[in-house]
Amino acid sequence: MIQLVFLLFAAVAAGAAINVLIQKHVLYSALSLILMLTAMSILFIFLRAEFLAMIQIIVYAGAIMVLFVFVIMLLNLPADEDGVDQLRWLKFIGIPLGLFFLFFVLATLWNVEAPPASGTALNGSPRAIGESLFTDYLLPFEVTSLLILIALVGAVVFAKKDL
Amino acid sequence: MIPINWYLILSAVLFLIGVLGFFTKRNVIALLLSLEIMLNAVNLTFVAFSTQHRQISGQVFVFFVLVVAASEAAVGLALVIAMFRNRESLNVDRSNLLKW
Repeated sequence: MIQLVFLLFAAVAAGAAINVLIQKHVLYSALSLILMLTAMSILFIFLRAEFLAMIQIIVYAGAIMVLFVFVIMLLNLPADEDGVDQLRWLKFIGIPLGLFFLFFVLATLWNVEAPPASGTALNGSPRAIGESLFTDYLLPFEVTSLLILIALVGAVVFAKKDL
Repeated sequence: MIPINWYLILSAVLFLIGVLGFFTKRNVIALLLSLEIMLNAVNLTFVAFSTQHRQISGQVFVFFVLVVAASEAAVGLALVIAMFRNRESLNVDRSNLLKW
């Protein structure tokens, strides 16, 4: 039963990701990606990572994708502006090669035997992640804040009209 | 219980879709969206192994990947705005000023 639900949401995620590629207008691609992120957060719940599932929806679908949609609507893009695609022939080589690669990855992953899980069951509660974040990963956490500051300044500098 | 193989297979499929999009699309925003697909595929692998090995570190790493994705989206979209303002097009084939 739970395998069926997993397969359903995996199919939704993969289908939405393919839909991102085949849509002509990039706005529909962005909306399809939001669907993929939502299906992915449900898979996180299957893995007992509840905090990350919530974060996935709030930060990814709620903040990052809204930023994408905002910029797409701000620029008011035409439906498709592709003239002559200079790399058109790459599709006919790249897609078969990609499927070939995928076939070997799947063949390997299908046969691998996962070792039985040991230790106590993990819960991905905010408490567990917070404890790890503020003890073992305190330095990366602080460096992250520096990264966000740099990204903030960089985004303002790039988007400013004349500086 | 769902075996970890299924998550890894889904992750490989999603990552390949992202790579295909990155190499076939010509729109800069579509390239950034493909990048987000790839980051999500990697996130799924991290969480799957975190659950399998009963260690919280994988989930903390997903947190950091998320922060990097947010920074990348902010800077990337600012670059997209600057690019659109300068050449009225988001086609990456047209921004070939540095191409020999």
